[in-house]
Amino acid sequence: MSRNGPFAILFHTLFVVFMLAPLVVVCLVAFTPEGYLSLPGRVWSLRWFRAILDYPEFLRAFRDSLWLAALSSTVAIGLAVPAALAIARYRFPGREAMTALFMSPLMVPHVVLGIAFLRFFTQIGLSGTFLGLVLSHIIVIIPFALRLVLAASYGIDRRIEHAAVSLGASPAVVFRRVTLPLILPGVVSGWLLAAINSFDEVTMTVFIASPATTTLPVRMFLYIQDNIDPLIAAVSACLIALTAILLMALDRLFGLDRLFVGTGKG
Amino acid sequence: MSPDASARTTPYWLTGPALAVFLALVIIPLGMTVLLAFYDWGQYKGIVAEFTLKNFREIFSDGYFLEVFLRTLRISVLVTLFAILIGVPEAYILNRMSPAWRGLCLLAILGPLLVSVVARTLGWALLLGSNGLVNRGLMALGLIGQPLEFMFTETGVVIALVHVLIPLMILAVWASLQRLDPQIENAALSLGASRLTIWRRVILPQIVPGILSGGVIVFALAASAFASPAIIGGRRLKVAATLAYDEFLNTLNWPLGAAVAVLLLAALMILTIGTNRLVERRYSQVFE
Repeated sequence: MSRNGPFAILFHTLFVVFMLAPLVVVCLVAFTPEGYLSLPGRVWSLRWFRAILDYPEFLRAFRDSLWLAALSSTVAIGLAVPAALAIARYRFPGREAMTALFMSPLMVPHVVLGIAFLRFFTQIGLSGTFLGLVLSHIIVIIPFALRLVLAASYGIDRRIEHAAVSLGASPAVVFRRVTLPLILPGVVSGWLLAAINSFDEVTMTVFIASPATTTLPVRMFLYIQDNIDPLIAAVSACLIALTAILLMALDRLFGLDRLFVGTGKG
Repeated sequence: MSPDASARTTPYWLTGPALAVFLALVIIPLGMTVLLAFYDWGQYKGIVAEFTLKNFREIFSDGYFLEVFLRTLRISVLVTLFAILIGVPEAYILNRMSPAWRGLCLLAILGPLLVSVVARTLGWALLLGSNGLVNRGLMALGLIGQPLEFMFTETGVVIALVHVLIPLMILAVWASLQRLDPQIENAALSLGASRLTIWRRVILPQIVPGILSGGVIVFALAASAFASPAIIGGRRLKVAATLAYDEFLNTLNWPLGAAVAVLLLAALMILTIGTNRLVERRYSQVFE
């Protein structure tokens, strides 16, 4: 394979700067000692990070976002694992249609889903509840969970399961002791990707969240609509730092390219 | 349990729970939204469940709505164009890097995908303000005398959306680059083709499906983008998604908001399905 020339390296460097610049600027502004938006000069200050503690609504929204991500991705993976096994192993009428249906939340704009859930939840009395948030998030993150579990399910050797059956294992034991361990990398990465997507979702959630139950991105969005100050930069910087740590862990565990391209490991 | 009968019913038991959830939480809500788009609405009477085409007539006859839809289209086309122009060469460069470097660069390029779009757009709001780093940098270089207006303009929205969506284009193109056989490139090289010819005649035709599918994803997400246009564009510069949000949560004209959403959904469905058909028909041999 031939190497990249100097022009290619320059293009690439500029591109990486373009990708990282907004994130870096947010993190820098968060350390300003001033009361207005500015880059810190000689003096770096933690005052805006301390100020977050005076805004319990950010902390509460963060806690709710974590719960929401954990709950919805757990249910989503619980639905995705059997569905993926069926799609990977059986040819049955309706298989393609079902796969397309389960993947459809990727195609339907989140603003449309937000409107649909707002209308639906208002009619059945779930509007503005935490349960409503969980239900809607399950739908939008199932495609991510399904894609990674599906990739893992296609890769396993059926003969191992047949061996277990011939040795007298019941279907439940085969699933728990043979199948599940084999697809576990796909299940774990699918759960994580689903949880991250739930945590970051803002377009749909902004329609169905209420002041009492809201998520961190929605709270941040509504705050930015009113004013942009170093406080919101500090909140964002915390979020960026958290994501960076998670990202490095994910890269170590699965390899980022696998996680995104959706082939899974194994 | 006979193996035949179980093979017939098992897949339905396995997909049943997910199917039930999707029927209840996707099909019904979307169906209700489509119905809502045909309902009547009045300032004092609220939503009236009577079939009418009034909402669609209003959207197509009122210049304000047309302007919003045209702006959405313009922004999405520009974002897709820039994503292709920058993303395709970048994917190619990434593909030729050594694995160690590539891993690091992927972290920098794909990592932002996992950061909340609100935080990413906030970064652009800080960079693009009249006092922001971009303007100060350009002025320091002497390229401009006065700060350029990026905030509350389409240019600003396009820049932020290209940043938000370009990783998806790179992923799509990169996936098709990985399917290429490097020996074909070497064969062309040994037959005396120049680098540019190889690009145009050998590589590009093979990655067109990847560019098309990446382009559809980027276009669809740009056309329905909400947070970035809302933050960078402000309250004045409306796009389809922020218009629907306004109708739902400020004006409270839900049927009109639903009509906007239904039009957006229909347009994107036609585009996506059409492009997929084209890719499958025209480029099926590439996937073999």
